Amino acid sequence: MPPDRFPAGRRAFPHRDLLGISRLERHEILYLLAEAEQWVEFNHRSKKRSKALRGLTIINAFFENSTRTLLSFEIAGKRLGADVVNMHAAQSSVKKGETLIDTAITLNAMRADAIVIRHGSSGAVELIASKVDCPVLNAGDGQHEHPTQGLLDALALRHALAERGEASEDFTGLVVTICGDILHSRVARSNILCLTALGATVRLCAPPALMPAGVEAMGAAVFDNFDAALDGTDVAMMLRLQTERMNGQFIPSAREYHHLYGLTKHRLDRCAPQALVMHPGPMNRGVEIDSDVADMLDRSIITQQVEMGVAIRMAALDVLTRRARGVAGWNDGEWL
Amino acid sequence: MKQARPLTISGGMLVSPAGLVEGAVRIVDGRIAAVQSEPQDGDDVLDAKGQLVAPGLVDLGVFAIDKPAFHFGGITRAALMPDQSPPLDLPSRVNYIAKSGKPDLWVHPLAAATRGLAGCELAEIGLMKEAGARGVATGRKWIADSGVMLRLLHYAAMLDLVVVTHAEDAALVGEASATAGEMATRLGLPSAPAEAEALAIARDIALAELSGARVHFRQVTTRAALDLVRAAKGRGAAITAGVTPAHFMLSDLATAEFRTFARLSPPLRSEDDRQAVIEAIGDGTIDVIASGHDPRGPEDKRLPFADAEPGMAGAETLLAMTLGLVRDGVIDTARAFDLLAGNPARLLGVEAGALIEGYEADLCLVDPDKPWIVDSAQMAATAGNTPFDRQPTQGRATRVIKGGVVL
Repeated sequence: MPPDRFPAGRRAFPHRDLLGISRLERHEILYLLAEAEQWVEFNHRSKKRSKALRGLTIINAFFENSTRTLLSFEIAGKRLGADVVNMHAAQSSVKKGETLIDTAITLNAMRADAIVIRHGSSGAVELIASKVDCPVLNAGDGQHEHPTQGLLDALALRHALAERGEASEDFTGLVVTICGDILHSRVARSNILCLTALGATVRLCAPPALMPAGVEAMGAAVFDNFDAALDGTDVAMMLRLQTERMNGQFIPSAREYHHLYGLTKHRLDRCAPQALVMHPGPMNRGVEIDSDVADMLDRSIITQQVEMGVAIRMAALDVLTRRARGVAGWNDGEWL
Repeated sequence: MKQARPLTISGGMLVSPAGLVEGAVRIVDGRIAAVQSEPQDGDDVLDAKGQLVAPGLVDLGVFAIDKPAFHFGGITRAALMPDQSPPLDLPSRVNYIAKSGKPDLWVHPLAAATRGLAGCELAEIGLMKEAGARGVATGRKWIADSGVMLRLLHYAAMLDLVVVTHAEDAALVGEASATAGEMATRLGLPSAPAEAEALAIARDIALAELSGARVHFRQVTTRAALDLVRAAKGRGAAITAGVTPAHFMLSDLATAEFRTFARLSPPLRSEDDRQAVIEAIGDGTIDVIASGHDPRGPEDKRLPFADAEPGMAGAETLLAMTLGLVRDGVIDTARAFDLLAGNPARLLGVEAGALIEGYEADLCLVDPDKPWIVDSAQMAATAGNTPFDRQPTQGRATRVIKGGVVL
């Protein structure tokens, strides 16, 4: 096991599943980030095939459409040597209801060694996890959590800070502003939890209709004025605004949204010098973020986020399957 | 099943309108013949052994007829919500339901206020009254159209039928399954502000005062709405308010880990609102505590939270949870049975729900201290969807007497 600082006598990662950042302790988050480092380096090689998970079957069950997350999990599983199967439940006529439990039981009966699930309802992944015998990874459930996104954002941020000589284990003192549709965003929730656990100060910025009630209780400061929210911030993390929410339902129009909440070069100047720009993708260029900001090589780490996504998912799949693979030191103790 | 011989229940504490008194009740031909009497020669005698001799519970607003659960809970009459399949919006359906529980349970149908409960066209309320409807209900939803609501209230006032309404502003609620706040935000659940209730109640109070109709808000669960009800009652408006034990026992913290047994309509509220409900029970703002009995199997509940159906199986826990308020000093025993039996019977216009000579002899014997543990796997109800699973509690109906017959 690579070195890490988890409390003496405690296990490094005692969870069977990765359902949400809310269930993780700070040292467990740091452990997953540390585990991912080897895969960041590994992914730079020309031959990217490990035998770590050889013979294991991983099912990616996606009940909601996805391109990049599904691809990222598929590549992660394959690079680890596992047999990866994708189930596009969103395209079949899977209905909600008993069928979801039935699907879980079916997947379980196929003896998968890990199941990756995305579902449109908050809590659906936990429900499935309670019905299967193998590790379950949440690839996004409704508006609840998207834990691998929170982790990959932390990893990308950590690498970017290290590159400019500000390497540090956590984000103490760092100010991160998350702007966009916070209300409907599982990415925002996982990031708030992950960043605050690692010591960062998190600001949230959205028009009132897209800000969830009581979110201050999660440890973030709330803004509706983007310029004020950006003032002196070290990182601007922009969220995607769904097209169907731009036409009068939640905000009047895309151009008005861009006027008030779009990240422009001019606005970037309000941030701290050398502030970083992040976006979980896919971007609406010209709506929440201008192209000339998204493409700034020295400031935007959007492509690094995608790169770190594969490493984080490899680390998660590796760590969660260790017990099944009989890795020494991972076979005792109860799951949390 | 008719009472064959006179029955005297002796040796108990009578829960009478005047308070708790030691004594006996004599029942003849299914009715209460005398309160505080002596058994006469030839009477059957039932020794209450110091337990409470209380009126049988009158459960105002259940969604299913579930005799074993009602029997367990000491419920002798239940007013059935019109949200059935098909809805109770025709006299023939109402007539069938009105007879369905007899003789050991009387079901009082609440007529659907509008056709198909769609909130648009008035249903045949007059004919349904003649067929046995004891009130009118808007169903699980609020009537959003204020014009329809006013016409309904005028009509119900003419017929002297109570209108049981669900108070949540429909547009504000939308598809929400939780109350806006920290819990819903952490869980990522679609939510609506608690003020949706006060908005609906403010309108319906105004329309009730305008029309002179009797309006019963089946569940009032927020501080703001309770303040409106309190003020309107102070003005003499003919409105009443109810609640179920979930909203004085639990806050939205109970929805943690997406527990669908805590998915209710209206949703669970904040701790401050829970406290406000308890205060309102104590000061008389709330008139009725009902079970809202709505047994739901796994096909409705073993789902992601927002996809699950709302509702709880509440008949078995209604009495014990209400007696908890007595133990906590919020109310006394006599008032507890006003909330559970006397007041709902008055709203429905039935001669029951109190130990009064001439009233229907619907009684239960209650051991108010008997300890037991709620267990969702072992319930009498057709489904065990209780948010009180594993909760230790006290108080149980040990005997139920319907129309003078010991069940």
